[in-house]
Amino acid sequence: MSDQQDWPLFEVFIRSKQGVSHVHAGSLHAADAQMALDNARDVYTRRNEGASIWVVPSAAVTASSPQEKGAFFDPSESKIYRHPTFYDVPDDVECL
Amino acid sequence: MSMENPIAVMTTALRFADNAMVLGQRVSHWVSRSPTIELDIGFANQGLDLIGQANLFYELAASLEGKGRSADDLAFLRGPEDYYNLQLVEQPNGDFAQTVMRQLFYALYAELVFEQMINGSQADLAAIAAKGQKEMAYHVRHAGEWVVRLGDGTDESHQRCQKALDFMWPYSHEFFAYDEVDDEMVRQGVLPDKETLKSQWSESLGEIIERAGLTIPDSNWQPGGGRQGVHSEHLSYLLAEMQVLPRNHPGAEW
Repeated sequence: MSDQQDWPLFEVFIRSKQGVSHVHAGSLHAADAQMALDNARDVYTRRNEGASIWVVPSAAVTASSPQEKGAFFDPSESKIYRHPTFYDVPDDVECL
Repeated sequence: MSMENPIAVMTTALRFADNAMVLGQRVSHWVSRSPTIELDIGFANQGLDLIGQANLFYELAASLEGKGRSADDLAFLRGPEDYYNLQLVEQPNGDFAQTVMRQLFYALYAELVFEQMINGSQADLAAIAAKGQKEMAYHVRHAGEWVVRLGDGTDESHQRCQKALDFMWPYSHEFFAYDEVDDEMVRQGVLPDKETLKSQWSESLGEIIERAGLTIPDSNWQPGGGRQGVHSEHLSYLLAEMQVLPRNHPGAEW
């Protein structure tokens, strides 16, 4: 296990079928991106969840800061007109 | 099911069942002992792929035999002299390099065999092979990546990986040591002819070995006979552990 501490962390994104987005599934350690793909396949797609996998070095992710939560997210709270709730969506439209 | 030579078909199903069963049992021993949690799950997946293939081949063999034996009877109530797996798959796990080298050898072989079997005259074998071919293609990728990483890694990993290649190499000759059953299966298009198999297997392995910076050993030792029930002592211990429960508690269920 000690060797693994030297391995970088990767974030794993899985797309479950055509037409939907890749969704963050979790993270794992791997020596490089190819091994991260194999590991992601083995760890996160065992139950037929996957049609496509992305792996991204965790170090490449820039995250928003908890301190800026108010400035980032609170202003959108009062803008209900931005939600597409004012018109009817046909029943057979999936993945909206 | 074609009626020509059902014994050859049944024997072939049993051989590939035994190969998958023994290797699946070996691989499953890494569960909880792997170098990383990701490999632990990876080996569990590969073990389950193989035991799943074994189950399908055993069911086919049992129905072709028609003597009332079940798939479980074939797996758990035959001794080593009645097991027809290649000697390669019963070889010990050794270190991690030895395990991935054995997996690469077998997966390359099984993938090539299954590709042929899919197009052969035996529909039941073709259906199992269609499932198994994709599984073995992934095992080739996984084991191949590791052989390259270890061979082209540190001094220690290179040395261990070369040792694993030296250890496993003699057992590769048995892939191509066809007997009359195999020859019949070649005639039915179920198995590739041994020259084609050997050249394709050697070429695929050679590319990976070259990327890994390893050297095929210069050895003339060619152990064999697994197809006829001749085995190293390792198989006896493996089967003893695998079969102890059903042999001591026949018909046990939970």
